[in-house]
Order: sequence, then structure tokens, then C-alpha cells
Amino acid sequence: MAEEQDLLERPERPEIIAPGYTFGTVTDQISAVVLTKKTPIFWTACFGVGFALLLLFLWSVVLLFAKGVGIWGIRPPVMWGFAITNFVWWIGIGHAGTLISAILLLLNQRWRNSINRFAEAMTLFAVACAGMFPVLHLGRPWLAFWLFPYPNTMAIQPNFRSPLVWDVFAVSTYATISALFWYVGLMPDLATLRDRTTSRFARFTYGIMAMGWRGSARHWSVYETASLLLAGLATPLVLSVHTVVSFDFTIAIVPGWHSTFFPPYFVAGAIYCGFAMVLALAIPLRSVYGLKGLITDKHLDNCGKIMLATGLIVAYAYLMEIFTAWYTANVYEHEAIWHRMFGPYASSYWSLVMCNIIAPQFLWFKKIRGNPVLLFIWAVIVLVGMWLERFVIIVSSLAQDYMPSSWGLFHATRWDWATYLGTIGLFMFLFFLFIRVLPMISIFEVRTLLPQAKVEEEEAPR
Amino acid sequence: MTKTDIYGVMAEFDNPTALVNAARAAREKGFRKLDAYTPFPIEELTDALHLHKNKLPLIVLVGGIIGGILGYLLQYYVTVWHFPLNIDGKPLHSWPSYIVITFEMTVLCAGLSAVFGLLALCGLPQPYHPTFNVPRFALASRNRFFLCIEATDPLFDRKHTSEFLETLEPKEVSEVAH
Repeated sequence: MAEEQDLLERPERPEIIAPGYTFGTVTDQISAVVLTKKTPIFWTACFGVGFALLLLFLWSVVLLFAKGVGIWGIRPPVMWGFAITNFVWWIGIGHAGTLISAILLLLNQRWRNSINRFAEAMTLFAVACAGMFPVLHLGRPWLAFWLFPYPNTMAIQPNFRSPLVWDVFAVSTYATISALFWYVGLMPDLATLRDRTTSRFARFTYGIMAMGWRGSARHWSVYETASLLLAGLATPLVLSVHTVVSFDFTIAIVPGWHSTFFPPYFVAGAIYCGFAMVLALAIPLRSVYGLKGLITDKHLDNCGKIMLATGLIVAYAYLMEIFTAWYTANVYEHEAIWHRMFGPYASSYWSLVMCNIIAPQFLWFKKIRGNPVLLFIWAVIVLVGMWLERFVIIVSSLAQDYMPSSWGLFHATRWDWATYLGTIGLFMFLFFLFIRVLPMISIFEVRTLLPQAKVEEEEAPR
Repeated sequence: MTKTDIYGVMAEFDNPTALVNAARAAREKGFRKLDAYTPFPIEELTDALHLHKNKLPLIVLVGGIIGGILGYLLQYYVTVWHFPLNIDGKPLHSWPSYIVITFEMTVLCAGLSAVFGLLALCGLPQPYHPTFNVPRFALASRNRFFLCIEATDPLFDRKHTSEFLETLEPKEVSEVAH
């Protein structure tokens, strides 16, 4: 009994953010990043790289519009190539943002409060990059609106039995809900910026964007309901999006695609590489902007653990992929896996095994999770590994399916690479623009983490 | 009781506990038209001001149901009536393949109703509000906590209400002009 009592009276877990912060200093530190006239060289450099790559993207897109998708390496039978690989990769990266903002909110994981804002921004921009690829891949991108059902004189409609049309609905809903969730989260912080800026133009702009938010208790009460409801809606949504993306593959009868474990496998992979991206962004940002007190080593440690956990699910999926191929006793499934492991794409396959299965095992060690530089390197390894995974799934399955006479290999052209690097540029461009003009950490949610935010109740008389 | 031409009187506190205690005291005193302004949501304050019920969940539920029904009907209309495709004599009303889009439309409409419902219930956007006339109110989005008793309250009296707020040990009491 005595022991139980001890457990119950154990002091609360240590505070998530560094001690010594007040409501005022938290507000000032986060808003100073935006409201200052000085821009760090790091920002200018990253924004510059992003902008240069964005120009490369525009160039390759103009060329694509002028000449057609033939500038890419897609030739029969591999018609999906880089475009769909990049689509799946980018969409997956977005998923960690929604996981942090919605699922961890529902699970009452309060540590998320200092990383959810930029993770949501990451989601939004990653989805923007992802959305580019299926459209550019259409062949006639200017007719992309044919994907939506609308009354037209041709009297034709999209095929609602096709997972590709489901994807249109899933991704556009995901983009809309992510944008709304992000904006709702920003409103109180926009009001803070409005009240703190000294520039008339900034006050007007932030004022319009804050919609007159004044922190009324009546508003907060509705606001809290709205956040919870949006989180509750975004949670099944985020799981559905990558599930639907995996349907693009599983519903086809291509060997190596046609399997039932793809949806959970894809969702886990998405969260895996999304957390890698969160770390890859958070680690440099917190040291450049001196935010180590708000995005602490505890956050990095937690993200590392989530990466390890989802990485293990992904590793399990790879094993299951081999097992089911053997267990189906289907010669085409056997061959698909065999080609993947020892065929023309073997080097990609074994690199992804290295990046996604072997490398993350080092995250078991606290020394690696506690070292930001190593963690950054590990995050990049996982990002590369997950890109390779999608590449191998898509290309190796299409290259060698049923008829050896119709086999053909995929060779990426420079425009494949230019478009891919270009979307990385678009992502960096948007992300660093966001860092400069909007608070990258949710100010009001960090305020709630401070010990003084707790209302001290007087002891009720016994 | 003298009618006044101000919006109300406002007391400023520097910590959430003081504000919650003040809000409780004001409720106990009989004031009903009061509102608090804080830099972050405070659960105890919602209790103290008796703000628990709002219609947002209902709005979201209705929005979600409408979205789901519209999503399903859209697909039914297109695949059965507008553009029927007979493939191997399979049924035109192929409901399992409608599930994904029905779900997505449900979430989309529910999410849109959550956001627009939030704005509607809060009366936002509202670029002007009398509280913005108080110079120190800019701190409500930083580190100060405000309690405002509005002039529309039946018990409101410019002098006495200010005096009452002074008894709650605020940092400052100020009048809110219209």
C-alpha cells in the first residue's frame, strides 16, 4: 500500500521547456525572429538556394509544357518514374506535421506545442510540392481540371471507381484541412504580432490576418472546441491520405504492388520520413535562432524515438513483403521480389535497406539521439532512404512485370532531376518565407507550457 | 443606476490565478455581462465564467453529414444516372468504391464548418472592438490578463463597478471607451 501511495504522489514530470521563461520573454523571443529588421545570413543563404532551385523548377516546367513529358525518362513500360516517386515522398513528409498537430494534440502530448507550428507549415508546403507532380505528369497539365467532376459540354465525368480519382479528393481535402488548421492555429499569434510590431504596414497586415482576435475568454472557449474537432477530423484524414495513395498501387495487378499490407506500410513510412524532415528542419533552426530553450533536446529525443518506432514498422513491412511474395506461391510475385533484390535495381534496394533498416537501429542509443549533429545526419539518411523506397517500389515493379518481352528499364534524365530538385527549392523558398514573416513556434501554446500558466487553486476546507 | 456612455470597465492582472479569482468574485457579486481577455486559453476561466456550452460540435456534425451525403449522391448520380458504364454486367451502384470520396467529402465539409463556425460564433472578423481603445490592452496578447465588466450589465455602475474591481487587487483599472 505504501508503495502505491508513493507512486500516486510522485511529482509531475519535469517541465518541457527550459526554466526561466516568462510569458513576456517567450512572446518576445519568438516574435523577435519575425519583427526584427536583421536577417541572419543563414536565412539569406537558405532562401537563396531555395530561390535558385525554384527558378530551375520553373525552367524545367516551362520546358515540360513546351515539349511534353518525353523530356523525362519515362518510357514504356515504366510510365510513372520520378514524378510519382516524388509525389509519394512529398505527401509522406507532410504526414508528420499533421501527426504532430492533430494526433499528438488528441493524445495530450504537450511537448508538441513548440514544434507543431513549423511542422504544420512543413505539411502545407510538402503537399504543395506533392500536388505538382501528378499534374505535371498528366501530359496535358492545362487540362488538370478534368480530374474534378463538373458539368461540361462533353458530358463526361471522372471514374469514381478509380483510386486515382480518390487520390484527387484525398489530397485536395488534405491540403484544404491542413491550411485551415494551420491558419486557425495562427490567429492568436497574428494578434500578438499585430500588438507588438512598430511598423504601420505590419500592424495593418497582421491585423487583417488576425481578424480582430482579442483573446476573449468566450472566443477561447469556442476556439478550444474548434481545435479539438479539427484535430479529430485531421487524424482519420491523415491516415486515409496515404492509404489512398497506397491504393494507387495495390488496386493495380502489377506484381510487387498488389498486396493488402500497403496501407499501414505506407502510413508508417510517411510518418517515418516526415519526422526525419521535422528533425532536419528543427535542428538547424533552433541553433541559428537561439531557440534551444523552446525546442529542447527532449523534443529531438522524442522525434528520434518516433523515427525509430516507425522505422521498425517499415522494416517489418519489408520482411512481410518478402514473406508474402514467397507465401503466395505466385511465380510473378517471386520474380518481382527477386528482381528487386538482385536485378537491375539491386543497388537502390540494398541502399534503402541500409538507410531505412540498418541506420535507424543506431537510434536505440541515447548518445545518438542526444547529439543534434548526428541526429541531423540520420534524418537526412532516412529521407534519402524513403525516397529510394518509393523509387524501388514504383520503378522496379513496372520495369519487369509479366512478359519478359515487354520489360524495359528506367533511366532518369537531367530534367527528372531538375524537376525533383526544383520542388525541393519550392519547399525551401516557401518554408524560409514562412520563417521570416510568421512565428515559427506557436507562441500561445508555448505560454501554456510555462509553470506560471497553471491556476493555483486554494485548498478547499476539509 | 446611471446609464453610461462607455463600453465597460476593465481590470488588469498579471497572473492567471488572480484573474480567475477575480472572475469568480465578479460572478458571485451578480455580474453577468463580463468577459476576460487572456494571452492563452485557461480552462478554469471557462468554468469561472460558465462558458461551457457552445454550438460548434453541432455545426460540425451537421456539416459533416451534409458533406457525406453530397459526396455519396455525387458519385451515385454520375455512375448510375449521368454516365453509366456497363462493365461485365457489374452493378452500376458500386457502393464500396464510393466510400473513400464519401469519407473525404465528410471530413472536408466538417472541417470547413468547424472553421467558419468558429468565426461565426466568435463574430470574427471584427477589426474594431472597444477594448482596443485601452492602451495597455495590447498586452492581452503578451503577458497580461484582463477582466472587463460591460456597461450593459444591469448591475453596472460606472463608479461602483470600478470600485469593486479595485477591491480585487488588480494592477490597474481603466474605463473602456466606445
